[in-house]
Amino acid sequence: MRPNPRLYPLLATIAIFFTAYLLCWLQFPFMLSTRVVGNLLTDNAYLGIVAVGMTVVILSGGIDLSVGSVIAFSGVFIAVMLRDTGLHPIIVFALLLVVTTAFGAVMGAIIHGLAMPAFIVTLAGMFLARGAAYMLTIDSVPIDHAFFEALQDSHWRMPGGGRFTLIGALMLLAIAGGALVAHRTRFGASVFAIGGGPDTARLMGVEVGRTTIGIYAFSGLMAGLSGIVFAIYTGSGYPLATVGTELTAIAAVVIGGTLLTGGAGYVVGTLFGVLTMGLIQTYIVFDGTLSSWWTKIVIGVLLLCFILLQKSLLRIATPVRASSEG
Amino acid sequence: MTRALRRCLPQILTLLALVALVSIFFPQFLAISFENGRLTGPVVDIVKRGAPVALLAIGMTLVIATRGIDLSVGTVMAISGAVAAWTLAAGWGVFPAVLLAIVAGLTCGLWNGCLVAYVGIQPIVATLILMTSGRGIAQLITEGRILTFSDPAFAWIGSGTVAGVPVPALLWLVTGIAVAFIMRRTALGLLVEAIGINRSASTVAGINARVLLIAVYAASGFCAALAGIVATADIRGADANNAGLWLELDAILAVVIGGNSLLGGRFSVAASILGALIIQTVDTGILLAGFPSEYNLVIKAGLVLVILLVQSPNLSQHWHWLRMEIRRQREPKPIGSRDTR
Repeated sequence: MRPNPRLYPLLATIAIFFTAYLLCWLQFPFMLSTRVVGNLLTDNAYLGIVAVGMTVVILSGGIDLSVGSVIAFSGVFIAVMLRDTGLHPIIVFALLLVVTTAFGAVMGAIIHGLAMPAFIVTLAGMFLARGAAYMLTIDSVPIDHAFFEALQDSHWRMPGGGRFTLIGALMLLAIAGGALVAHRTRFGASVFAIGGGPDTARLMGVEVGRTTIGIYAFSGLMAGLSGIVFAIYTGSGYPLATVGTELTAIAAVVIGGTLLTGGAGYVVGTLFGVLTMGLIQTYIVFDGTLSSWWTKIVIGVLLLCFILLQKSLLRIATPVRASSEG
Repeated sequence: MTRALRRCLPQILTLLALVALVSIFFPQFLAISFENGRLTGPVVDIVKRGAPVALLAIGMTLVIATRGIDLSVGTVMAISGAVAAWTLAAGWGVFPAVLLAIVAGLTCGLWNGCLVAYVGIQPIVATLILMTSGRGIAQLITEGRILTFSDPAFAWIGSGTVAGVPVPALLWLVTGIAVAFIMRRTALGLLVEAIGINRSASTVAGINARVLLIAVYAASGFCAALAGIVATADIRGADANNAGLWLELDAILAVVIGGNSLLGGRFSVAASILGALIIQTVDTGILLAGFPSEYNLVIKAGLVLVILLVQSPNLSQHWHWLRMEIRRQREPKPIGSRDTR
């Protein structure tokens, strides 16, 4: 039995990640310690969570440029609310998630209702969220709250001394949740259908409008969650934070094997996309002689490789699918 | 001419409305004086500071007309600026610096064009590759430092004047006119629009879509190189990290405000330049009017939303339907006929 050709990009991503890890390990044996693994998860937690939302958006053939600004807004919102009101962080988190989810839903409604490209609508959303963050404060606001410190410090000490932190666990949960939503629910099936072609999806009976709103609301929710994680990670809110994170997230999704045309991909792949990018950064830190700009160049080259790989795989896969259907 | 004017009318009206609005808060807004052999005043400032986005918008208009998008222009600005500063630092002189910077921009454009036209990658991803890796390349050229230089001839491109008019302003004016002339006085503009409307149909009709696509991305790279030269000459240094950062989004916004559809097809270079001027007027106007600059982005977002609403294909359908309804209600119904809807 032939494996499903759609699995190839995912398998390639996973293979490349483990090969890269092996190469790193051969050069620096310490790379294979729970400390490095724990840090890899913790440092990339916010990126991984936001990339889950981005994966769903990209699966539907859309794009969400607003997420980086939403993360910055979330951090500022949490910091300012905790500073100025006596609310408990949990209530602030809940409020924030409602706000960001509603924000995403409104963008989805505009994209569907006005039939405008997602690119430009979410670009406006990007300006709006960043502007709202500026309006709350233009300074970096530190968060000091006993509960927050407890969140920052909560971890499980793995054998070998590595810390499996709460936010690292949250990212893995978000990946699992995202995978369930995308691959095991009716909503997920609708997302894939829209990614395959909105007109076909409509003819199939998919409620395109409702699903589009749901997709961007989900992305907003994930961006809000990522903002909470980022606030826990940095312990402050800063309106200039996470500029350009949306593009890093898109790159992670593409490296993770999801087609940017929509309709094909796996949420789990995104996890490996994020981890691969984190691994490159860890390697550069370990090496010590390479400059940080090599990170950018290597990520660009990786992006190109994955897209070329997908292109060639699609070319191989298409006749196979045609003959099996014919 | 009248048709071109009518095409740009919404943008001209928006610009005039903005100027009027800013003038209420800052009455000296339109004042222009002639000092030390150069024109000065808020308007001159806008025309000069808007130069990078206006230049980028010219190239971006063509790319978007082919139903593409070029996310890499900000990075290309950084690369060509770094190349220019590196050449100057090596003591090769001004002309090689400008030439090499333009060659660097064209190379980036050709790379993007080949990825889009030959490999068949979606424009947004193809240019995303250069966007992420390009800043690394620019940092490689400057070795992570801010390369400064003190060449008065090169700095003249950024801060000099010709007959009192700032050179950057002349640069976008000349580039804009040249591109519009090439596009509208030959069939080139029509062919570019044909690709944007339907690439396969245009190929079937005998248009060499591949070569044209590459040329369009190269033109965008060229414009980005010019913008990079202006930005570098203006601060007399190449900052690989911040030169042109996020200007690609402003350039895309300028094109959209210019009424060009992101779905390709009909385009107007003049309207895009007006869009760039509108963005710069908002930026400068908010500062002059005394608003805190924090409001800048929110106002920009509001502006984009209004423009989206006006341009929405769905809304214009609704609007058309509404007008027909009103007309139908006004017309006296012939006696005995029933509503045949």
